[in-house]
Amino acid sequence: MLDEIQKRLLEEVADLHEVPEGAYNIRANGTMAARNTTANIDIISKEDKSGIDIKIKDGTKKQSVHIPVVLSQSGMKEMVYNDFYIGEDCDVTIIAGCGIHNSGSQDAQHDGIHRFFVGKNSKVKYVEKHYGAGDGSGKRILNPGTEVYQQENSYMEMEMVQIKGVDSTYRMNKAELAKGATLIVHERLMTHGEQDAISVYQVVLNGENASTDIISRSVARDTSKQKFEACITGNNLCHGHAECDAIIMDKARVIAVPQLDANNVDAELVHEAAIGKIAGDQLIKLMTLGLTEEEAEEWIINGFLK
Amino acid sequence: MLELKNVSFTVSEENDTRTIINNLSLTVDDNKFIVITGPNGGGKSTLAKLIMGVKPVTSGKIYFNGIDITDMSITERAKLGVSFAFQQPVRFKGIKVLDLIRLAAGKKLSVADACEYLSKVGLCAREYINREVNDSLSGGELKRIEIATVLARGTKLSIFDEPEAGIDLWSFQNLIQVFEDMRTSIQGSVLIISHQERILNIADEIVVIRNGQVAEQGSKDAILPKLLGTSSAISPCEKLL
Ligand SMILES: Nc1ncnc2c1ncn2[C@@H]1O[C@H](COP(=O)(O)OP(=O)(O)OP(=O)(O)O)[C@@H](O)[C@H]1O
Ligand SMILES: [Mg+2]
Repeated sequence: MLDEIQKRLLEEVADLHEVPEGAYNIRANGTMAARNTTANIDIISKEDKSGIDIKIKDGTKKQSVHIPVVLSQSGMKEMVYNDFYIGEDCDVTIIAGCGIHNSGSQDAQHDGIHRFFVGKNSKVKYVEKHYGAGDGSGKRILNPGTEVYQQENSYMEMEMVQIKGVDSTYRMNKAELAKGATLIVHERLMTHGEQDAISVYQVVLNGENASTDIISRSVARDTSKQKFEACITGNNLCHGHAECDAIIMDKARVIAVPQLDANNVDAELVHEAAIGKIAGDQLIKLMTLGLTEEEAEEWIINGFLK
Repeated sequence: MLELKNVSFTVSEENDTRTIINNLSLTVDDNKFIVITGPNGGGKSTLAKLIMGVKPVTSGKIYFNGIDITDMSITERAKLGVSFAFQQPVRFKGIKVLDLIRLAAGKKLSVADACEYLSKVGLCAREYINREVNDSLSGGELKRIEIATVLARGTKLSIFDEPEAGIDLWSFQNLIQVFEDMRTSIQGSVLIISHQERILNIADEIVVIRNGQVAEQGSKDAILPKLLGTSSAISPCEKLL
């Protein structure tokens, strides 16, 4: 069973207060803590390596899968492979997330690769939240990777959130889209202290009318570092848009690297990036309402990351 | 209520300094409705910013209810009872109209109470209360929300910088009513920067600011007739003729 710390982590990363509805697989300190399958959603442990296969039948609608991971043991390091096979004509929500509580002096690290095979005409919403806690000197390290393979006319929306407590992240996201497929990504990131975060998106638009929109909003405080790389390749008539909007504070550093690769005269690819400090007039306005400068900053940042 | 003594504000430009407010003295009494007017670029907005503490004075003193606020921060002045509606309101990503009104009120107002303020400025509260104060609002909507935040503060001194700008004709009359009501409800002073005759008309006192100085000050009846049809209402091109 889960202990109190693990339960708190679960609340943070999956908004779970109790055992979720539908299919789920809860992983705690490297082992399976709970699992439930449904008529349409099967979860099978991999035999050759650590991880699970999630199989969703054709036509599965309005169902969800929760696969949270919690780590509360200092020194724990794991590498997990989860594969999602989503059939045709589905409409499902997948909630992943990783919470690390490290109160020891050794690093705690979770690396995971999530692969998604999205069938024709299916709609998938994927939510991934990261959270770190605990006051040990050991680092909380998360290196998530995603690979998305979208078939014709499929739609995938990914929401990636990391607001607190993770010391180091390297996130590698790859996607390949067939005809008429759409991929929407919303990333929200805040780093503080000496944290380091890198996110890379490599989206290849292969099919006609494939489209993607990658939107990142981030705040870098203290001496933290962030790097955002968005590479979109257009091999057909397609639309690609990437946007990085960052607030930089204190002595932080933010790097935004755009890469657009058009291989077809009808590929329309756009990249926008804006990095800057909090707008002075926003601070002033909130201060005229009686907030201190620090309170005003908090309000502006919380709003920006909402 | 408010006293400015020999206030100056200068900015440095390349190898020169430019005086924007020039040794200006002004007293605003309790429970007064003052309208500040004058030519574009005369220094009205700058003066309001000096009072709120958005810009620091270069020299001179500012007193609020007898307290020297010259070196106080914006926050301290706000807490003492000064509020300010910007000429160009600020937009925020992710902050809702309700958040802003609650912050202004300084307490967790009920949604119904917050809606009251929006209704006063002529916005259908239900449609706006949960919207973000971002680029999606029109200029006039934003301006009304800005006015609503100052109403919600209900401080002893309220400063509005060209509140009528961008407000449509139909709503203008209501806006004037709002200012009229304010003077009775807050028992404080209202300072409005405006170019509108209809706003000048409801003033107790009119102050004309030109070239960073008080060019004229007096009761509405004394000043308004002078303003209409005199040089300050004539455009610079005509003056050149
Ligand atoms: N930081 C600054 N640097 C240089 N000039 C400035 C600065 N701030 C204001 N000014 C100048 O000071 C003058 C007064 O500006 P202010 O905005 O106070 O005028 P105003 O009376 O409010 O005009 P309006 O009726 O157009 O709103 C203008 O000429 C403006 O260009
Ligand atoms: Mg002005």
